[in-house]
Amino acid sequence: MKILTANDLATGDVVWWAGDGWSRLLEQAVDTGADGEDIGKREEAARHVVGAYVVDAEQTADGPRPAHIKERIRGLGPTVRPDLTLKPEAGDLTAWVI
Amino acid sequence: MYQYDNYDQAMVDARVAEFRDQVARRLEGKLTEEQFRPLRLMNGLYLQLHAYMLRVAVPYGTLSGKQMRMLGHIARKYDRGYGHFTTRQNIQYNWIKLSDAPDILADLASVEMHAIQTSGNCIRNISSDQYAGVAADEVADPRPWAELLRQWSSFHPEFSYLPRKFKIAVIASAQDRAAMRLHDIGLELVKKDGVIGARVFVGGGMGRTPIVAPEINAFITEDEIISYVEACLRVYNRYGRRDNKYKARIKILVHELGVEEYRRQVAEEFAHMKALGLNPPREELARIAAHFATPAYESGLSDDLDRSDPDFALWVDRNVTAHKQPGYAIANISLKPIGGIPGDASADQIELMADLAERYSLDELRVTHAQNIVLPYVKKADLYALWKELEANGLGEPNLDLVTDIIACPGLDYCSLANARSIPVAQKIASRFASNGRDAEIGELKLKISGCINACGHHHAGHIGILGVDRKGTENYQLLLGGSGAEDCSLGTITGPGFDENGIVDAVEKATDLYLRERTEGERFLDTYRRLGMAPFKEAIYG
Amino acid sequence: MADFITLRSDEATQEPVVTLESFAGQSNATAVRIEPGEDARLLLGQLDRISLVEVNFPAYTDGRGYSAAQILRESGYTGELRAVGDVLIDQLAYMRRCGFDSFKPNAPLDDADVEAAFARYPDVYQKTIDGRTPIWAKRHEDA
Repeated sequence: MKILTANDLATGDVVWWAGDGWSRLLEQAVDTGADGEDIGKREEAARHVVGAYVVDAEQTADGPRPAHIKERIRGLGPTVRPDLTLKPEAGDLTAWVI
Repeated sequence: MYQYDNYDQAMVDARVAEFRDQVARRLEGKLTEEQFRPLRLMNGLYLQLHAYMLRVAVPYGTLSGKQMRMLGHIARKYDRGYGHFTTRQNIQYNWIKLSDAPDILADLASVEMHAIQTSGNCIRNISSDQYAGVAADEVADPRPWAELLRQWSSFHPEFSYLPRKFKIAVIASAQDRAAMRLHDIGLELVKKDGVIGARVFVGGGMGRTPIVAPEINAFITEDEIISYVEACLRVYNRYGRRDNKYKARIKILVHELGVEEYRRQVAEEFAHMKALGLNPPREELARIAAHFATPAYESGLSDDLDRSDPDFALWVDRNVTAHKQPGYAIANISLKPIGGIPGDASADQIELMADLAERYSLDELRVTHAQNIVLPYVKKADLYALWKELEANGLGEPNLDLVTDIIACPGLDYCSLANARSIPVAQKIASRFASNGRDAEIGELKLKISGCINACGHHHAGHIGILGVDRKGTENYQLLLGGSGAEDCSLGTITGPGFDENGIVDAVEKATDLYLRERTEGERFLDTYRRLGMAPFKEAIYG
Repeated sequence: MADFITLRSDEATQEPVVTLESFAGQSNATAVRIEPGEDARLLLGQLDRISLVEVNFPAYTDGRGYSAAQILRESGYTGELRAVGDVLIDQLAYMRRCGFDSFKPNAPLDDADVEAAFARYPDVYQKTIDGRTPIWAKRHEDA
């Protein structure tokens, strides 16, 4: 599947295209098919987000898993600061990232 | 240290107002991201893997307690409670909101600080020796020249859209503590016949094409430094490559033209510039230098230390450096706790260091290119009390220049350019070498880790260097040996095929085991490597 | 909105602008255009017959035009020096400091923004060809 990520223009938060808007949660990312780039351009032009790009991912039981480690870290947060990830209660998620 | 006058303050305040206006125009849609990007970069604001990142300059690495406290305040108020000290005497915040950035710059301006030109294709923060002013071997304090260059380079109309970024370092000792020859321009102040001038090195750098800067001029008198540097820049601005960003640094121009031809072109330009009166007069250098006058040291202080606490004695031996003034010492604060994140400090720690500087170090701190902090004016009699407080707050690691005092870039944990994570590798290496005491046994060993070829972690200049690469989507680490960023500057050589995260830790250990077997009396790892060459190390690592 | 800005008191030159290459061969030409990779020094022997030099900025991130302008002014050129192309609000002040005195942007600029950009910085740190007294000189004027 193809998913779309970007940063919120004003806050810089990492966001994922969730079909009808942006979500901070990777698990809410939807398959954008061939439309990802167009959605990204439209949303950038509307000044909602900046730096939109399409990412290859695989659908899993826990939601989309990006194909590349960079976006897995992007989706979670820094592996060296589990307290600052989006899932601080889950502890060390290095295994999921790698 | 330098203090702004009304002119400096007005310029920085104008910059804050300008950036506030630019951010507003961006949010209103009057500026596209393409138009805005270079503007935000020239104010230190990046878009990183997780958020906006703000890089704040600590010009030539010197700051006061009040300024340091503001860095802590910003970490707490606008970020997530910490900051990251970098190899170019800057501090970075990882979780910044664009909408907060103008307020942060205004807070910085209130303590005479800024983020001006900490990114972008312009002249960056001027870096210098962290021991400037207190080093016994310096011909002069290099900071007045660094400040002169800071002002000259700020808002430089001709050199704000260069082919690529431009880094300048100024030192004044034969010992190079600032990786001077790995800068676009390195200036080493020297004295000739009683006159101060600069040796000028141009075209050094790391990245994908590492080059040790060649000497372009053996002696430029202090009155002509600005116009000479201006000439160096003009040749670069006109002829530096703009067709390929990977070939756009001045090192490529110097390399492609040849040192002789580059030197000739600079000389021609310099002859023309000399007539333009670009150099501030001596009185201006004297005005700036007065801010860096020798402080009012107390005399008659004892050089004795009570070394009865072995942990304290160890810290003194490792982290305290000789001061040129009797009774005083230079105290290094390691930001490399074993298993920690190299260069990171919490808001609490930053504020504590600010307090300690005020209480024990004549209200001054330094930031080092090795991502540590220095208190440059500590009375020996105060060292024990200082150490107690550092120790109690995770700042007392006695590991300066050891294998655990690792330079590491943020890597893939934070950086969108990175190919691999750097921090976990640093943590694993530090933990392994600290757990069996071999870090102390080995002695000086500068280990430097970059998460990609851009080399922010100075891997080319490490006695041992590690470069993270992307091998089919997984992290892989190459090992380099024999680099140095010091006065014996050299570039490391890749040992061979790369390793996974655990494999690279093992490989480092095999290299150091060989060193421990082969070293002669007083030989550092780097010396043994230079004596033996790569072959036995390769054999030990891959054999 | 402004699609042409001049800081000069005289009339903008209307002469046809020729390329640097053809300028040398056209002894009656008085207006010439410099592209980023071209050497402004080639004009130095002919400055007295030039009334307009256009310096093209195809992309505002290409800063070679700033050096071209400085070189011409440092060599005594007093005619119109016009920045054309990707000329944006946030570069205007630097361009002026390097000697540009007219601007022809690809996209018109907001007049108030232009005015604000020129007025932004109260002083300057460098001595350039614009003749403004740098801060380092002002500091010692009164002494």
